[in-house]
Amino acid sequence: MVSNRATLNWLYRYVLLPLGQILIFIVGAAVLMTAFAYVLAILFPTPRPNIVLADQIGRQLPGMIISGVTIGFVYAMIALGYTLVYGVLKFINFAHSEIFMFGGVIGFEVLRRITDAGFVQSWSPVVLVIVVVATSMLCSGLLAVVVERVAYRPLRGAPRLVPLISAIGISFFLADLVRAFEAVTRNAFKLTYPLTNIPALSTPISLTLGSTAINVRITSIIVIVGAVLMLVALNYFVNGTKLGRGIRAVSQDMSTASLMGINVNLMISLTFFIGGAFGGAAGSLFGLNVGTIDPFVGFTPGIKAFTAAVLGGIGNVTGALLGGVMLGMLESFLNGILVYFPALGIRYTDIFAFLVLILVLIFRPSGLLGERVDEKV
Amino acid sequence: MKTKRYFLFALLAIVALALSATFVGAQDAKVIKIASQSPLSGGQSLAGSSMRNSVELAINDLKQPLVDMGFDVQYVPFDDQATPDVGVSNAQNIVADPAILAIVGHWNSGVAIPSSEVYNANDLGMVSPANTGVNVTGRGLSVVNRVCGRDDSQGAAGADFLAGLGTVKTVYVLNDKTTYGLGVATFFQQTAEAKGLTVLGFEGTEEKSNFDGIIQPILAQTPDAIYFGGIYDQTATFLTQARAAGYTGIFMGPDGTDNSDFAKLAGEAGVGTYYSSAAGPISLYPDAAKYATDYQAKYGEAPQPYGPESYDAAAVVLHGIEVAIKLNGGNLPSRAQVAASIRGTSDFKGLTGSITFDAYGDRAVANYYILQVKSSDPTTWVQNEVLKTTTAKSPWATLMDSMMSK
Amino acid sequence: MSATTLSNGLFGNFKRVLRNPTYAFLGLLIYITVTIVVLSLLDRRSVIFPLLSTLAFPPLVLAPFVTLALPIDNRLKGLIILVLLFIVLPVIGMFDGSYLELAIQICIFSGLALGLNIVVGFAGLLDLGYIAFFAVGAYLWAMFTSPVETYFKTSGALVGTNLTIHIGSSALVITLPAFYTFMIVGVVVAGIGGILLGLPVLRLRGDYLAIVTLGFGEMIRILAQNSDSVGSPPINFTNGSQGLNGVGKPPIPQFLRDFVATVERLLHLDVANVQPLTQQLLFYFIAIVVIVIIVLVARRLENSPIGRAWTAIREDEVAAIAMGVPLVRMKLTAFAMGASFAGAIGVLYAAKQTFVSPESFSLIQSISILAMVIVGGIGSIQGVLLGAAVVTLLNLQVLQNLSLQINNWRNNKVVVPQVLIIIAGVIIALILLRFAWKNLKPWIKSRNVSSVKPLNILIGTLLVILAAAVVFISLASGDFPIANWPNQLELAKYQRFIFGILLIVMMIFRPAGLLPAARRRLELQTPKVEKQAEEV
Repeated sequence: MVSNRATLNWLYRYVLLPLGQILIFIVGAAVLMTAFAYVLAILFPTPRPNIVLADQIGRQLPGMIISGVTIGFVYAMIALGYTLVYGVLKFINFAHSEIFMFGGVIGFEVLRRITDAGFVQSWSPVVLVIVVVATSMLCSGLLAVVVERVAYRPLRGAPRLVPLISAIGISFFLADLVRAFEAVTRNAFKLTYPLTNIPALSTPISLTLGSTAINVRITSIIVIVGAVLMLVALNYFVNGTKLGRGIRAVSQDMSTASLMGINVNLMISLTFFIGGAFGGAAGSLFGLNVGTIDPFVGFTPGIKAFTAAVLGGIGNVTGALLGGVMLGMLESFLNGILVYFPALGIRYTDIFAFLVLILVLIFRPSGLLGERVDEKV
Repeated sequence: MKTKRYFLFALLAIVALALSATFVGAQDAKVIKIASQSPLSGGQSLAGSSMRNSVELAINDLKQPLVDMGFDVQYVPFDDQATPDVGVSNAQNIVADPAILAIVGHWNSGVAIPSSEVYNANDLGMVSPANTGVNVTGRGLSVVNRVCGRDDSQGAAGADFLAGLGTVKTVYVLNDKTTYGLGVATFFQQTAEAKGLTVLGFEGTEEKSNFDGIIQPILAQTPDAIYFGGIYDQTATFLTQARAAGYTGIFMGPDGTDNSDFAKLAGEAGVGTYYSSAAGPISLYPDAAKYATDYQAKYGEAPQPYGPESYDAAAVVLHGIEVAIKLNGGNLPSRAQVAASIRGTSDFKGLTGSITFDAYGDRAVANYYILQVKSSDPTTWVQNEVLKTTTAKSPWATLMDSMMSK
Repeated sequence: MSATTLSNGLFGNFKRVLRNPTYAFLGLLIYITVTIVVLSLLDRRSVIFPLLSTLAFPPLVLAPFVTLALPIDNRLKGLIILVLLFIVLPVIGMFDGSYLELAIQICIFSGLALGLNIVVGFAGLLDLGYIAFFAVGAYLWAMFTSPVETYFKTSGALVGTNLTIHIGSSALVITLPAFYTFMIVGVVVAGIGGILLGLPVLRLRGDYLAIVTLGFGEMIRILAQNSDSVGSPPINFTNGSQGLNGVGKPPIPQFLRDFVATVERLLHLDVANVQPLTQQLLFYFIAIVVIVIIVLVARRLENSPIGRAWTAIREDEVAAIAMGVPLVRMKLTAFAMGASFAGAIGVLYAAKQTFVSPESFSLIQSISILAMVIVGGIGSIQGVLLGAAVVTLLNLQVLQNLSLQINNWRNNKVVVPQVLIIIAGVIIALILLRFAWKNLKPWIKSRNVSSVKPLNILIGTLLVILAAAVVFISLASGDFPIANWPNQLELAKYQRFIFGILLIVMMIFRPAGLLPAARRRLELQTPKVEKQAEEV
């Protein structure tokens, strides 16, 4: 009886609560954006001749939400890497975008090798995806640990901006290292995921919602499901295990944690491993979804994810998730609606996204969920 | 202190190594160098490296006449990092080397324009394989030429073709916000409107991978055709996602689409795509096929867009130097002589057709071929069928014609 | 062992000798003379020209910094630096225009780095969008002088070489040189831009500030890119990604032509293209004067009440407020001052490049300027100048020349003899063995098993194997023709790779920068534990 209750409690804390949180974020962001879209539709009912904005929004709504959630989760998973590292070391790991890229490249290599070995037909698509994502998580995580050991640990205690420059150096280094490797082994460094051979992954699903039929790519669903599973697992790890408590202790106060017998270096390596693994998962899921990856692909998603991390409150794991979903949804809706305004257009999407970020930060200088950092006394 | 000592020794060893490896003395006076500038590192290095490789291939293939005259032809590739500062700094370095007689470059118009000012000040002939922007030539610089077409003529050729199909009434125009993509798309839009097509929207996006958000509203407006001014990696990804989202209409791109990797990236979704290209069909220009095979054999990958143009640019440069040497009585010509003979190129048969430079440095007559992707197999890319050939006269030639008729 | 003592003794003596002002001065003269002689004797046709030029030009650029470091009379130092900047460098630039170009670019980046140093180094506000103000200055001059069909051209707002201003009813007419006026306008406009950026971000700290400034920088770039069709019907302001070409240049004054003619006569030089060279010289002199002004302003600011207020804000904002530092005004001043420098440099840049397009103002540029500030020594004016010079030289000269050199060897079919490969292999093996020894020492020397970490043994053993492999490969290699180097690994393609490694190495070995600021140097000496406690 007691154990049953404990199980329920466990389930509630580590499965239902985070799932609920994710659901609330998605629904909240979707409702907020939809409301915003309809306000626009009321203000400008016909931005172009022949266009009734409200009708268009209604037709596009499911598509915009799905694409927003997909890209939002990719941002969120990359943002986790920024935010975890920031939590313990208080610096922006600019090389994280390359860790993300590395995950994508590893994902490609694995899938390519499986395809070449002829296992594609015999393996079930689920196994295939799990193998690809797990390998890229492992490799990216290890890479992140090595990067920390080589480029950041010698700089611990140096002024805050010094590891930032070291991270930029690492970023240049990794991009060209991967490029050199792919150029030598494959003679090309623009890598195309061999998805066309796997019909289960490349055929879209048709959904009929009321009067509108939309096509959803199966890879989008993989991204969403994979991200949700991993986020729930991360929540359990950070809040429910001893190691997770160690990480939290180190991010609270490094020297006290060390006095309490926590191996600070191990915890930092572990943080980098988890952050890197999430970056790697994001990379391979992104590669599966988009179909192509190259050594320089990390830059834009990296910046966006960093924005998402700050939007949610840097250093805060839930914040990174919220920030990612918000940013993805915002981008998707802006892309979907700005098109109808002849004087604006989607070329202004990034400007509006940054404007929203600035507005949020004016009213909440530490991000949506961040604690106030400026009270030092 | 100890580590310092080791570093010192290592440094000394490296210097000694470098110095002792230079047993060869000064180069003799009969060395001719041809330089190139393109982004070899960073995000645009894919295209830039292909440019560099094509130039190298051309020099190896075609330097024999110069070698026979007793000259040693060397190739000096520079990395402009797609950055104007680096390009201009390299340009100053290039013009300071008297052995460099001509330059093939660049990939980005933003780098080509400021660098060409430096070349022009030093009479160094420049042939661009890839800068299609209208304002690259026609700035009164006598050294600037290009073997690639112009955005205006290519955009017009595409719109002309779609309008001629008869089935297309509405079209949606996208571009990648680069000088190239925006240029082509703008001129496509102008011609399309002039030909009576309805342009439902004109949008630019720097997005390279996730087009979901952009596709939705485009589908909502149900265009008969989509034109995307951009490079194949972006257009193929867009098309794949658009087809997956249910788009069934016509898709068309500029010569940035002309790459076998388009078929690889887009797969079945890419079949039926129309694209314009300046590279001639193999039936007319068998050398183009040989180039593609040689390139594949030497560098292990398919050439990127503007590879054939890069080959032609180097060929035109070599030809120009040869002519200048002959005019100079077999002696090493001056840069001004080389620049003049490059500008004087007339009816030179290259991979992309016959090349004649007009007074602006554009090709007097540029052919554009409209092709259609036949299969998702990248290896059959070269067999794509030519549907239409458009001949566009350069602005200078048009100007001359109008003056003649007056 | 004896070689070590010798080198130690040599360097020890060397240092002692340099402490004597007379010897230091003589040494400096020899140093400068040697670099000048080498540079003027270099022959472009030599196979190892890129190598020699890389060994000779950076020392000349660094000569002013060497001068500053020596114990010479301050007035003498000033004189030497003035001669170096105003006579030696321009004359060397007349021999070879590429050096002049490098000098101008170093000046441009120095100016930007100094401006960013005010924001990041003095006031401690991390700005990742600094390039935006540079863009504002550049576009300001470009839009008013480019002959491209933009709104400014069609509305007749273009300016020529001179600005005529009618005051009142044309009774009083003032004629101003347009370029120099615009440099001042650039200062004002960019300064206002700095305040506009500063206002919304006043409450933000550290990395929140970083992301907002990053966003601001990107917004300016995207705006420049999109302002070719504003509103409907569309108006073209910036010509979008096509860029503005034919940007105006300042007219060449007579004294500069005389300078060139005099140098030509005195040195029996025959400059092939006098006009463009003189134009470059003009940009060089303007750039040097601008840098001198910026350095003076920055130094005055650093030691003024404003500078101390910035330091207070940087060290502890709450304490600064408590001490009565006007936070809002001081932060805005920092943003405005930093931005205004970039505005002036932007005008100069547009005129020098004659072309402005959004590509030049990407985030990477902001980051590389930040790298210059930090590599040089954040907060230190001399350090930032050195950082800008070093990073610019690395990027534009050293790495480019390195790949050129290898290309030269390849073209001349140079073969590396096996002896050299073996020597290099042995040296690498020795370095590896040294690190292996560091890892294996406790295992071999001590009998105490508990102090031995298995990871160290593993790493040590791997390094020994690696060293053996290197020696074996070098023994088995045979002569290596450089032409056989694979195309995919051509050095020209890996400049950013090497740059990345150098950044990491520099940060690890000199975390405070090449020339750290005096105050920061003190900070770094505080015990590590205390420092960590403070950071956390």
